[in-house]
Amino acid sequence: MKKILLTLALAFSATCLFAQQTYPVNGSYDNRPGQFAFVNATIVVSANQTISNGTLLIKGQTIQSVGAGTAVPKGYVVIDLKGKFIYPSLIDPFTTYGLPEATRGGAGGGFGGGGGGRQSIFVSTKKGAYNWNEAIRPETEVKGMIANDSKKADDMRKAGFGSVNVVNRDGIARGTSAAVTLSDEPENNNMLSAQTAANYSFSKGTSSNDYPTSLMGSIALLRQTYYDAQWYGKQKEEYNISLEEFNKQQNLSQIFEVDGWQNILRADKIGKEFSKKYIFKTTGDEYQRIPEVKATGASLIIPISFVKAFDVEDPAEARSVSLTQMKGWELAPTNPAALEKAGINFAITTTGLDNIRDFWTNIRTAIDNGLTEKQALLSVTEVPARLVGISDKVGTLEKGKLANFLITSDNLFKNGNIVFENWVQGKRFVVNKINTTDLRGVYALNVDGIGALTLKITGTGGGSAAAIERSGPDSTKVTATFTRSGDWLSINFNLRKNPKGDVRLSGYVTSASPLTFKGESALSDGTEGHWTASFKEAGKEMPRREEPKPALATLGTLIYPFTAFGTAAAPVQESVLLKNATVWTNEKEGILQNADVLLEGGKIKAVGKGLSAGNAKVIDATGKHITAGIVDEHSHIAIAGGVNEGAQSSSAEVRIADVVNGEDVNIYRQLAGGVTTSHLLHGSANPIGGQSQLIKLRWGKSAEELKFGGNDGFIKFALGENVKQSNFGSGARFPVTRMGVEQSYIDEFTRAKEYQAGMAVKGNNVRRDLELDAIVEILNNKRFITCHSYVQSEINMLIHAADSMGFKINTFTHILEGYKVADKMKAHGIAGSTFADWWAYKMEVQEAIPYNGAIMHNVGITTAFNSDDAEMARRLNQEAGKSVLYGGVPEEEALKLVTLNPAKMLHIDNRVGSIKAGKDADVVIWSANPLSIYAKAEKTFVDGIPYWDLDQDVIVRKAQQGERARLIQKMLDSKSRGARTQRPVFEAPRLYACETLEDYSAELTELERSHSHE
Amino acid sequence: MNKYLLTLALSTLSAVTFAQATISPAKKQTQTIAITGATIHVGNGTVIENGTIVFSNGKIVSVTAAGAVPQGGAMEIKAAGKHVYPGFIAPVTNLGLAEFESVKATLDFQEIGNMNPHIRSLIAYNTDSKVPATLRSNGILMAQITPEGGTISGSSSVVQLDAWNWEDAVIRTDDAQHINWPVLPRFRGGFGGGRGGMGAFNPEALQERRNAAIADLDAFFAEAKAYSEAKPDVVNTRLAAMKHIFDGSEKVFITANSQKDIVAAVNFAKKYGITPVIVGGEEAYLVTDFLKENNISVVIKQPHSLPSSLDDDVNMPYKNGAILANAGVNVVVSIEGYWQQRNLPFMAGTVSAWGLDKEKALSTITLNTAKVLGVDKTTGSLEAGKDATLFISVGDALDMKTNNVEKAFIQGRDINLDNLHKQLDRKFSEKYGLKVK
Repeated sequence: MKKILLTLALAFSATCLFAQQTYPVNGSYDNRPGQFAFVNATIVVSANQTISNGTLLIKGQTIQSVGAGTAVPKGYVVIDLKGKFIYPSLIDPFTTYGLPEATRGGAGGGFGGGGGGRQSIFVSTKKGAYNWNEAIRPETEVKGMIANDSKKADDMRKAGFGSVNVVNRDGIARGTSAAVTLSDEPENNNMLSAQTAANYSFSKGTSSNDYPTSLMGSIALLRQTYYDAQWYGKQKEEYNISLEEFNKQQNLSQIFEVDGWQNILRADKIGKEFSKKYIFKTTGDEYQRIPEVKATGASLIIPISFVKAFDVEDPAEARSVSLTQMKGWELAPTNPAALEKAGINFAITTTGLDNIRDFWTNIRTAIDNGLTEKQALLSVTEVPARLVGISDKVGTLEKGKLANFLITSDNLFKNGNIVFENWVQGKRFVVNKINTTDLRGVYALNVDGIGALTLKITGTGGGSAAAIERSGPDSTKVTATFTRSGDWLSINFNLRKNPKGDVRLSGYVTSASPLTFKGESALSDGTEGHWTASFKEAGKEMPRREEPKPALATLGTLIYPFTAFGTAAAPVQESVLLKNATVWTNEKEGILQNADVLLEGGKIKAVGKGLSAGNAKVIDATGKHITAGIVDEHSHIAIAGGVNEGAQSSSAEVRIADVVNGEDVNIYRQLAGGVTTSHLLHGSANPIGGQSQLIKLRWGKSAEELKFGGNDGFIKFALGENVKQSNFGSGARFPVTRMGVEQSYIDEFTRAKEYQAGMAVKGNNVRRDLELDAIVEILNNKRFITCHSYVQSEINMLIHAADSMGFKINTFTHILEGYKVADKMKAHGIAGSTFADWWAYKMEVQEAIPYNGAIMHNVGITTAFNSDDAEMARRLNQEAGKSVLYGGVPEEEALKLVTLNPAKMLHIDNRVGSIKAGKDADVVIWSANPLSIYAKAEKTFVDGIPYWDLDQDVIVRKAQQGERARLIQKMLDSKSRGARTQRPVFEAPRLYACETLEDYSAELTELERSHSHE
Repeated sequence: MNKYLLTLALSTLSAVTFAQATISPAKKQTQTIAITGATIHVGNGTVIENGTIVFSNGKIVSVTAAGAVPQGGAMEIKAAGKHVYPGFIAPVTNLGLAEFESVKATLDFQEIGNMNPHIRSLIAYNTDSKVPATLRSNGILMAQITPEGGTISGSSSVVQLDAWNWEDAVIRTDDAQHINWPVLPRFRGGFGGGRGGMGAFNPEALQERRNAAIADLDAFFAEAKAYSEAKPDVVNTRLAAMKHIFDGSEKVFITANSQKDIVAAVNFAKKYGITPVIVGGEEAYLVTDFLKENNISVVIKQPHSLPSSLDDDVNMPYKNGAILANAGVNVVVSIEGYWQQRNLPFMAGTVSAWGLDKEKALSTITLNTAKVLGVDKTTGSLEAGKDATLFISVGDALDMKTNNVEKAFIQGRDINLDNLHKQLDRKFSEKYGLKVK
């Protein structure tokens, strides 16, 4: 109570425009009429309407009228704004204004290598009838958390903002945001909308639960929550505050904070699935893929923060800065303009700025890069108002709306414009004194005892800095300290000699035109006297500390993907005749000598001797070897945000399909090793991992375009040390023994059967369970298992579990003791994909032998060699060559281990895996026998498109070097012109293997927080 | 141990028998052996077609073109169409110091502490490890057993891979001290792409920490040098262990990968009158002139690596060795780990595929290595007077497709080329009725 009284006292001391009706008053009421008339101003009513010489009438917190030639009624305080401008004050649709700093929950903060920080917290630690997972917290209401923050409000008002939408950036379903004005009135009076939007992200925030640890887990959790909420709405057995609130919020605006343009597309897919139209708060890299972003049809809230240039003076350190970082630095300021040009609706937020004072500098940089002033104004007024549903109150200067407006000296976007006043809800906040005379200029100064000097007044707000010059024998130039209070000023300087010591002047303006000052002077020896100064000429302003303006013409081109080896123009599909090569057909024709292969329309048109080229381009392949593209059955490249969702023993609900990353340079690196198809697998942290995704290495294409298309779905299972967490983790998650692993499967399949039966009964309100859906698909032979496996006992176990539960195992992947159970695999028709020669890296591979592949092959199992490693995948052909060394596999069969056989086990041998007319033109030209260490992939075609070309690579690298050099020079120029820079820090690319554990979601939270410090 | 005792029997090349434990070190050479008709890859860059190599009492007597078999009971091994190579040498490996990477009890290569020059690998080298036998069968017959970790990791020793115990195994004791040049940590990339900076850490602070680590190393070297010059009042085993790097009898290997670190490491060592060997050298190709001027040998990181930077030529790790060697730098090729060493020949093969002459590529795992390890007087090439440590391969041993080691000799001893993997292959091939090779 005491606190409230104190607040009231403060409020009253500043006068109160509109009383809180329900609050008692200590003393006499002081409610004022608050009637003001602003006359003779240029009034920018909205981006589409400007009134010259207009009048704005306000009463209390409301606009009474806006127009030209309006008569001012009696009883109004008249403010003459001749030559000045009135704008609607700005609106930030995405801030954390007034919220307490979020603190991370008890656990889950650790990430990286060993999963060391994992505490095994399975369900919510929040007491009460809430959701099982703490990251789903739609019950959170910003309206009850928000408290005035006078410091931050002041900073934002100074930048021109009048109202903000406040989001609690914590969790995946984050609850509702609220919009408030930046008035210093009590909170009861500031609220514009108590529920502006429901909020979402992929970051679990302060949740202490382990789940989700990955981006795909976050996606799966959100997707499942939609289904849970649907089910919840139709049942009466249980009460769940979170789901209750979730359902209630579905009619609000839906704001989704994402990290990077790829996550816009990922979130949009969820939106489409549940008929939700999200507004995306982005990170400002949309310019990289405008068409894809536009196709979502979504409105955006974009940051106006731009990366600082890197300090690249040291060439060795410059090597640490990637092309992606350099181009990102150059092109980020073009983002607003690119969005405008594409007709994408967007608002601008200050969130992400290191300092709110950079706001105008950056807006002007964006304008320099093509953003129109009109769009800029829209993006900070009407658009945000509409997006968060407060356009009935703010955003334009129309009758009935709140009196939230700015008084400026000039066009809002003009360099040098001064914001004089920011009125919020009819209350005046002075930023710069409005009637302050502009003192800037060059003056003839005369000081008693010194004589004639020149005074230069510069800076902002009509003058904030001064310098003194003397010409003649004792010529000098010194900076003065300059302070000003209205028309009072004081100037201190030291000329070093004649006289020595400080000279102190104080005085005032005596005449406005021409400007003259006079006052008293004091020298360091105690001499007192007078001084005068009179205006000679206008000074030249030196721009200071401004980012240099890039000329539009000098910008580099966009490349796809936005990384090294990306290209502006995608390589094209063409008809090609590869002539006179050794062709490893992988068909009954065997290895053909001096044969031709014709590629046309993305397919292999013909194979044979003396083919006629027709219109096809001829490539002489004499002395070369041609094979089908390599198929990697077990890969973890091109995946964003983690490969393991290992917090639970089954994560069948997560899908690699949701997190394919087309920007991974490993795609290009592996094309250089002849790989054309990769099976992207979930990791091996749990018995039932996620659903896998088959891709073709179509370098430069978006994630969706990488997908193989039309293929059967697979899912990763895993056995052994990883799933029982022998070498990492807290050891608290079931299972920790191979005995428990068996029961994980028995339980999951038992539940799946019950679920399927329940679903089959008409009228049942069965909760849709994405995890069990995947298992049901397995039972119905619609999804296929590839199981990470090592030792024979567990392999045998899974074969038995499959038999008893009625499911099939398609493949044992990187199975290293397959040779011990080859007969059983053969009897069950199970394929084996393995490593060529790995062993000894853990206990369960103590008897892994390089003859494994040969034995499985000889027993008659469909056998393949896989990578599970971004490096090894670059030379799977050589791994196949090892089967010749270990086990004497005939060369023709050896090559099939990495081409036709993996294609068979992935059910795509009708499309790829051999050189046969009608199959996809996924073909590699090798410099030598492909099983040899001396073989290089010279050209790799996918769908007939040469994505890798050893000669073209030289050209690409040269161009890249040129582009780097240009950008380095540009950064050096920028630095020498005074722009702030940052030291390069080497960022190693992220690589995943089966065992990579990390907490993507927690890491993302850290990143968001580090970027939100103001 | 009984886990591995599958059956007990004598193991020879021809017998179908199992059990690693019975693969005994070979007996001393008693009979002069002449390998005839082979393509002899000398290891120094030359090849002798239809060559004859004669060795006796463990030493090479002669290497000649079309030479005759000596009179007096010499055994002739006809090797027409086959290849003879000097035994390959695996540098900088924790072979015999580790058995299973994930099982702590089997790991003996990284001691606690930052300045550990007194740590010696040799005495922990486990001749009963199941790994060396799997290397010999690919032609790797010697290795530099090397400790890891800290700033100064300790001393390596050079061993041959067919021994009863470390005393028998050793070729050169405490051949080199191993130093890890203090480096800046490398960060994993961000998620979204296109966003610079990581926000949460401070590059200046990291740089300072690195500088402090270098200062510590410098102080340690200065004190060690002073300690080595006079009889000290107090005995310090760490400082004492540094003595031989100053008198030149023990080499200094420094791991450094970025061009700046390579230069800094070399200049640091030069200050103490030491010519170091650089290990890693990912960016060595950027400072070839510097390396040549200072006569620095580089043990390059395995060519089968990913490029160190996103923007690097995707094939740069393959090319690094050839660029350096063709510029005149003494290049030694290595591969990480212990069980992985059986792929060492293919690392050299890769260097050859990407630009280095085949015989010169061979030198990067034989004579060049022997020089850097200080054992080139006795091994590294097939020359009269050197140890008869060599093998016969049916085909090109640098290519996995043709590497097929039929016979190998270490110091003239006809070693057993069986191993655990071959044994398990036989066991299960038999089970399935497959043809046993």
